[in-house]
Formats: sequence, C-alpha cells, structure tokens
Amino acid sequence: MVEPRPRAARAAHGGGTLLSAGEPVVWLMAAGLGLALAMIAGLLAMILWNGGATFWPRALVEVSTSDGRVHLGEVSRHERYRPTPEIYARLDPEVRDRAEHDAAAHEGTLGRTLLRTANYDLTGTHFTWIDDFEIEEGGRSEPEWGVTIERLEWGRFYGTPTRAVEQGRTVAEGTEDTWAWFEEVHPRLRSLWRQKRSLETHDVGRVNHELESARLELREAELREGVPPEWIGAWGELQRARQGGSAEEIADAEARVDRIENAGFVPTQAFREAVAEFESREAAGRERFAEIVGEVESLSQRMDGFEVVMRTADGTEAPLEVADIVRAIPQNRLGIVGRLGVYLSRWIEFLVDDPREANSEGGVFPAIFGTVAMTLIMTIAVVPFGVLAALYLREYAKAGPMISAVRIAVNNLAGVPSIVFGVFGLGFFCYVVGASIDELLFEAKLPNPTYGKGGLLWASLTLALLTLPVVIVATEEALAAVPRSMREGSYACGASKWQTIRRIVLPRAMPGIMTGAILAMARGAGEVAPLMLVGAVKLAPELAVDATAPYVHPDRSFMHLGFHIYDLGFQSQNSEAAKPMVFTTTLLLIILIMLLNVIAVWLRTRLRRRFAGSQF
Amino acid sequence: MGHADVAKPPSLNASTTETKMFSNPTPSQSEIRLDLAAIAAGEPVEAVIHEEVASEESILEIDRFALHYGSFKALHDISMSVPKGKITALIGPSGCGKSTLLRSVNRLNDLIDGVRVDGDMRLSGDSIYGRDVDVIELRKRMGMVFQKSNPFPMSIYENVVYALRIDGQRNRRVLDEVCERSLRAAALWDEVKDRLHESALGMSGGQQQRLCIARAVAAEPEVLLMDEPCSALDPIATQKIEELMDSLVPHYSVLIVTHNMQQAARSSHYTAYMVLGRLIEYGPTQRIFQNPKLPETEDYITGRFG
Repeated sequence: MVEPRPRAARAAHGGGTLLSAGEPVVWLMAAGLGLALAMIAGLLAMILWNGGATFWPRALVEVSTSDGRVHLGEVSRHERYRPTPEIYARLDPEVRDRAEHDAAAHEGTLGRTLLRTANYDLTGTHFTWIDDFEIEEGGRSEPEWGVTIERLEWGRFYGTPTRAVEQGRTVAEGTEDTWAWFEEVHPRLRSLWRQKRSLETHDVGRVNHELESARLELREAELREGVPPEWIGAWGELQRARQGGSAEEIADAEARVDRIENAGFVPTQAFREAVAEFESREAAGRERFAEIVGEVESLSQRMDGFEVVMRTADGTEAPLEVADIVRAIPQNRLGIVGRLGVYLSRWIEFLVDDPREANSEGGVFPAIFGTVAMTLIMTIAVVPFGVLAALYLREYAKAGPMISAVRIAVNNLAGVPSIVFGVFGLGFFCYVVGASIDELLFEAKLPNPTYGKGGLLWASLTLALLTLPVVIVATEEALAAVPRSMREGSYACGASKWQTIRRIVLPRAMPGIMTGAILAMARGAGEVAPLMLVGAVKLAPELAVDATAPYVHPDRSFMHLGFHIYDLGFQSQNSEAAKPMVFTTTLLLIILIMLLNVIAVWLRTRLRRRFAGSQF
Repeated sequence: MGHADVAKPPSLNASTTETKMFSNPTPSQSEIRLDLAAIAAGEPVEAVIHEEVASEESILEIDRFALHYGSFKALHDISMSVPKGKITALIGPSGCGKSTLLRSVNRLNDLIDGVRVDGDMRLSGDSIYGRDVDVIELRKRMGMVFQKSNPFPMSIYENVVYALRIDGQRNRRVLDEVCERSLRAAALWDEVKDRLHESALGMSGGQQQRLCIARAVAAEPEVLLMDEPCSALDPIATQKIEELMDSLVPHYSVLIVTHNMQQAARSSHYTAYMVLGRLIEYGPTQRIFQNPKLPETEDYITGRFG
C-alpha cells in the first residue's frame, strides 16, 4: 500500500502557481484579441469618420490675407509645418512678427490651413494653402451669402450670386433677388437638362444599337455569301459618296462596283435583299438620329441663356449656365436641418448617379452594380465548382499520395499572388476562350472583340478561380464533419453512394459550404489587382444589364468599387478633392461586402436551424 | 488473458490457470471446457449449437464466415442459422465480434478499408458475399438500427419514407400509408402524428431510436439488424423498445446485438454467445440462460466473466 499523500501538501505544491493555472496564457490570448479588435475598430472608425463627413456641407469661410487677397472656401484641414529660415526674410515686418510669434508659441512650427477654394476655371487651382500669419487681424469671417455651386464641369464654384441674366438681359440684381430667381428657374432647367441627357444617352444609344445591328446583319450576309472584300470596299465607298459626294464621285464609285461585278462576282438575290434591308434600316436610323438631334437642339435653346452671375471673393464676376448647375447651396445660411438635407441628397446622388469629372464627383452607381454583379456571378461560379471538386476529393478519390499532392496544390493556390490569376484570366479566358467564342458566334463583329477582351464574365470567372481553394477547403471540412453514423444509416437503408451524398451528406454539410462561400465572397469582393487585367475600367456607364437586346451583356467592361478607390486615390488629377471620395467609396465597399455577408450568414443560419435540435 | 505459445496442443488442454479456476457443474461438461488462451492463439473451436435451432425455418444462413481487419482476424469461421420470425440475440464480451458479425450481414463493413472476408452468408438462400451480388439491392432487403440513434437531418416523415424515396417512390398515398404503418409498428405514431413535418432532430433520444426502427421497417425488410439499440437509452425508453421488438415478431426476423443480459433473456428467442471472434454456443434463449451446455457461457451470463 502506498501512503496517501496529505491533502495540504498537494494543494501547496501542485495547484498554486500562476503558470499552472494558465493565467498568463489567458492574458496573452486576451491581449491578442484586444489588439486585433483595436486595429479593426480603429480602421473602421477612421473610414467611417472620414467617409461619412465627406458630404457634410461645412461652413464657407472668407479669409483676407496680408497680400491683400481674399479667399473664399471650405477648410479642408489645418496642419503645422517646420519652415525654412528664408521664409521670414521675405516677409513684411508686421507679418514676420506674427509668424515669429506663432513659431515661438509652437516650438518653431508654423500653422497653415488648406482651403478648398475651387473656381478651377478662374484660378487654375482647386486648393490653396494659407499660412496662419498671413491672415489679417479679424480677416476671417463666414459670409452669409457664400454659395457653393456644384456644376457639371470644372468642379465646384464658390462665390456670391449678384445678378441674373436671361438671354443677355439682366432680370434681377442683388444677391437676394438673384437667389430667388435662381431657385425659381433652376428646377425647370434641370428637368430640361435631364430630358436632354436622356435623349443623348438612351435614345441615341438605341439608334446606335439599331445601326450597329443592321451593320452586323449585313456583315453576316456578306460572310454567308462569301462576298469578296473588294466589293465590300467599293460598295462602302459608293454609300459614302451617295450620302455626301459629288455626282462625279458617285459615278466613280458606281463604276468601280460595276467593274468588280463584271470581273466575276455577282451578288445573289438574297444578298441584294440583305443590302436593301440594310439600306432601309440605316436610312431609318439616320432619320431618327436627325430627329433626336433636332429635339436636343430645341431643348438646348430653351435651356441656354439662363445665367447666374457669381462674384468670387476677389471680386471677379463669372456667369454660370443655370442648366449646368447640379446643386447650389447657400451653406452658411443653412441650419442643421438644411445641411442634413444637402447631406442626404449628396449621398443619394452618390449612390444612384453616374460619375462625372473624372469620377471625382457625381455618383458611383455603375461601380456598385459592377461590384455586386461580379461578386454574385463569381459566387455562382465558384461554389458548385468547388463543391464538386471537394466531393470528389473527399468522397470518391482513393486516399493516397496523389490526393495529398492535390490537396497541397489546392492550398498553395490560395497563396499565388492575385495578379497572377489576373494574367491567367487575361491569357486564358479573354484570349483563348473569348477569342474562340468570338470566332464561332460573333464573327460578324470581328476584328472588334466581343468576348475576346476583358469583361464582367471573365473577371468573375478569374476571381472564381482565385477563391476556389477557399471553397474546396471549407467544403472538404464540412463533408468530413458529417457523422459516419449518418452515412451508415443511409447505406443500411439501401441508398447508393450518390443518393447518400445528395440526400444526407450535402444537406448536412451545407452550412459549412455556405461558410466557404461567405469567405470566398469576402475575398473576391475586395480583390482589385486581377480585375485591372480582365475587365474593370475607369468609366463604364453602360451596365451589363440594360434595355437593349439581349438585355444581359456579360462581355461588357464594368466598374468596380475597389478599382474605383484605386483610380480616385492614385490616378486622379485633383487628388485633394478625390481624397474624401476615396474614404466614402471605401466605406461604401465595406458596407456592401458586409451586406452580402449578412445575407449569406442569414441563409446559413436558416439552414443550420434545420439541423439543430436537442438530442434529449 | 496471456498469449499462449502457438505450438500448444489443441484447445481441450486443461493446463492453464484460467481453466483450473472454473468449477465444473457436471463431469460430462468438463470434457468440453474451452481453453481461452488457446483460442486467442488461433486454435479452431467447434461451436456448440443446440438441436432446437435446426428445427426452425431459417431466414439467414451464415456459412463458415471469417473476417479480417487488415492482418487482424476479427471473425473465425462462424456458422449459424438465424430463424425466421424470431428474435435472435448475439451476446458476448466487448470486442468479441458481435457487431462486426451483424454489420457483415448487410455488408456495411465493405465501407471500411482493409476488410477481407472468407465464407459466405445467405439471405433466404441468396448469397450475400457472392461475386455478382448487388450490394445496394441486398441492403434494401434488410433494415438496420444502430447503437446511437441516427435520424437524418430532415423531417420525421422524410426519415421514415427515406428508403422509399431512394427507390423513387413519389406516390403521396403510398408514402403516407407506409409512414403511418411504420410509425405505428414502431409505437411512435401517436406521439408524432401531429408533427410529422418537423425536424426529426427535435425528438427525444428514445423517440429518435424508435424513429430509426420505423425507418428500418418501412421497406418491409426480411431481416431487421439491431446493434445494441438500447445502450444509449434510459430504462423506460429501453422497455418501450423491447415491447416494440416483441410486437415486431413474427412478422419480422430480428438479429440483435446486446450487452444487456437481461435484455437478451427477456426479449429474444434464441441467443448466440460469442468470444474472441468465435461462436461458442447457440441455442434457445431459455436453455442458454438456464442450462447452457458450456461452463464459459454460464460464467458469462452469470457475470463471472466478461
């Protein structure tokens, strides 16, 4: 018999140390989690703060500087910098005093303010740095009638309305009368402008589409009939001559066509009919086009000539076409409710409108559409593909070195730089698959590529390849987690392997597969680099779904929020103005990905509920 | 149990301490006292099969059936016939191969890598391990209930008619009828008839096990295989299952593996005692429990061994 150890001895030596209780490890774990949370929260807070504030109309300030100039604008930010000593030498004594005073109070640094002064058409600059010491005593105010004008071109305009002009005739003078006149005519002119834009985009687009499809049908007929290229060329010249050439040129072209026809090629009756059909369609199209041009011109006449004359801070007067003004905001006169209204209206514009001014203004709707469409197509492509692959790997393939090698290869795919996938997508999908599709189905359009270039479909498939490992790994794990007893129960009922997989294993693994899909979606929606090669572009106002047959155009280039962020942040001419938009777009992308994920998680929860239930 | 030398003479050797420790009830039986160590070493054993078994019409014939897991021989030349319309219990200590034998009947062991079998079984005269046997068709003729209830992640209704579904049965009337009949057979109908389309996973453990029985009998199997169906259940649920088994015969033939002596004694008609992958004694339950021919069987059922 072994002597029983006294209890007290055990407690004293065995249980008491810090390490054995695991406390330090718990602290370490908590610290790790805390750090991760702090980083995430910090990033989100920064994006939320910067992105959320972009559209808020801040006060317009007027600043008079010591060189006698007056600036009007929104404060973008204030910072302190360390000046070179030469700066002081150039200053007037009084100003130098202020500067030295400022420097002495702030450890030798000087303060300066970045003012968004806009009026790019007049000054050639969007922003101005103003040193604190340059500002005259009491030279900073918020003028009541500082008005921000957002216009279609040249960016914002800051100034004070002074005069209203209709067709060259002054109809109102003085700030308040001018403003009242503006508020009265602006909505009407904007609605005319919207009509004009709709004509220019939709109607003209429809005519172009009709002309294009007429041309394509003719080209198809040419290919069918084997019409020699010389005839096509000569005939094309004849058409051009008929449209605007002299009688001599027409006769010339006719002679050339005759010569080719005499040399052996005689168009068949069917082809002549196709030509006649084309001619009539083209004529109809041109007629419609002329009509639209007429309508646009009459709209323009009703719109043009309404000008609001604005006076800038330095006294220059500039007439602005009212129809080109998106929004005019007398922001210093607005209360909190008025500002909120402006804020919301800017958000709505951002969400539903097309971009303008090199994407730095207007909305991002095409990018939202492109991102969502691409993510969904990618998910639809990658999930079945990944699940099938995982099913084979886990359920059918004989375990062995070969399968282990395949697994390792799949996992390594996740580590391949995404740009490599982009290159692969471009080389394989666009130039091999796409080019073959073009040759088979869109021969008439060649040499213009249809699928033989980057587009929504190819981008989605490229990202599907990129996210494939995520889905395969998640699905394999979900399949492995299906209890053996379930499968045996099914086999014992006389089910075949496939029946067991389809009816028992797959439903049971579905939540896990959904997890894989969620991860893949999050990964794919945030990816940018490969998209640059396979179809994401700076500006693509034509969506992949529209009202022209065949209504769905997966071959089209598209805009993507991630690419949009890159474009705004690094390719923009006016990077200071684009910066807040970068944050706002990032915020939007994060919200969008979150929404997609929430939907997927909700679906998964619903699925899980089916399998939940207590054992006893 | 120590491993004896391979060179040791056959099993009727009385030299090991284990054998000496047993007291023999009658002198005649002492002659067939088994040497467990020798059995472990691979000596052949002739099973004692009571003559009553032969008089029954058999549904399942096991014919010199042996099974290897890789290099380990789990079943040694087992021959027995399972009578039709009766409950036959397989008892024996853990690891003696009862479950393996049961799972061999519907060839579930095929799913395990490295399993090799010799000999054959016949279900109503049809070979089970023959060359051209369609395993799926074969399994459709049997039902199986597992140790741990394994309802599928679907509704109660779909669980019961699963076997019909995989046969492509779409006729709602047929399915409804089978569902009700099977649930009634499993004594579950009254408890679940109002929630047939709720998830089966929300039922209690005993209900889940009875649902599995309903599922197993839905396709009218020739043999119902039960692998310790009550081991995870409380006594009340166990009693219900036992009553249920009673009601299943003689319509169904049941082969049940159990660890529970009382259960075997209470509910089975025939009992087979297995040790170390061998069939030792097989006969009517009453005889096995009250007057076994082998002292080892008596030791086991009285709790002196096992």
